[in-house]
Amino acid sequence: MKRLILALGLTLAGAASAETVNGLKTADEFAGVQNDEERSVAVFQEMMKVIESPRCLNCHPRGDTPLQGDDMHPHMPPVQRGVADFGAPGMYCTTCHGSENVAYSTGDGSIPGHVPWQLAPVEMAWVGKSAPEICAQLKDPARNGGRDLAEIHEHMAEDGLVGWGWTPGEGRTPAPGTQAILGELVQAWIDTGAMCPES
Amino acid sequence: MTNFTINGRDVTVDVEADTPLLWVVRDELRLTGSKFGCGVAQCGACTMMVDGMPRRTCITPVGSVDGASIETIEGLEGREAEAVAAAWQGLDVPQCGWCQSGQIISATALLREVPKPTDDDIDAAMAGNVCRCATYVRIRQAIHDAADSMEG
Ligand code: FES
Ligand code: FES
Repeated sequence: MKRLILALGLTLAGAASAETVNGLKTADEFAGVQNDEERSVAVFQEMMKVIESPRCLNCHPRGDTPLQGDDMHPHMPPVQRGVADFGAPGMYCTTCHGSENVAYSTGDGSIPGHVPWQLAPVEMAWVGKSAPEICAQLKDPARNGGRDLAEIHEHMAEDGLVGWGWTPGEGRTPAPGTQAILGELVQAWIDTGAMCPES
Repeated sequence: MTNFTINGRDVTVDVEADTPLLWVVRDELRLTGSKFGCGVAQCGACTMMVDGMPRRTCITPVGSVDGASIETIEGLEGREAEAVAAAWQGLDVPQCGWCQSGQIISATALLREVPKPTDDDIDAAMAGNVCRCATYVRIRQAIHDAADSMEG
């Protein structure tokens, strides 16, 4: 009996430290990977689950049109990026997007909102790119807005518009996990050398 | 209670803060030039100026415009607005007219920022204003005409 309780206790402890929240593994879950490089790559692959969420990709598009919805269709109406990644004169993002999500008054769904509401610059495009490509791009100051790794962590862990990805309003699936868990993953990735996967 | 100015007039409205501005302007303030087309920010018929910028008012909670200055088609003023109105009349742009107050607000907003817009500028600025009568060709020409009229 004692042994059974002990076994049960171990299982529970194992489950607690190897937690998966809303489809995203916590940084703790990678503690078992002894080799730093391997752990770094494994953690980055986990970060990719968030990066590849429509909530992130839709506003890190290739080209000059954002995407929209869980199926990542081209934004309707057909808006343009504009010189400041904020729309065209006469049709800035704020023509429709306010300071918070607004439920439609006439049916299901909502229009997303946050201040600021804008696209990632085109050199930070993620759509259609592989994990190694996105990883290299994230670390390259020429393509990450001049950020060092600490600032990349800040963007992912604390930025309000990134955080919107977990409270996207009715009609949109939130990004996996939580922003706090993503922040821990990014920190774990940095602490293990910010290694990139090969494929 | 929400306070704002509309076409230069101070108003206070006593409605739920999440009521769309369009509902308030049409039903409470009885300014019916701005139209309801879709309710989901897809057509542009409900466009008004909010603090000088075009805004879809079917998805704008009235509580979010407390203290703002609103212009509707009934009160739109200024050089660009006059040039747009004259060009619109000159070409008889509207057909049924439903979309037109939104078209005129967006066109005026564009000309306030870009006095001599290219076709691409016009397409980008007007991309969210749908016209079921397909008056697009006349709209584009009228914007060019309005720009030309302001040059002299
Ligand atoms: S009614 Fe507001 S955009 Fe269609
Ligand atoms: S004139 Fe009829 S919808 Fe535009």
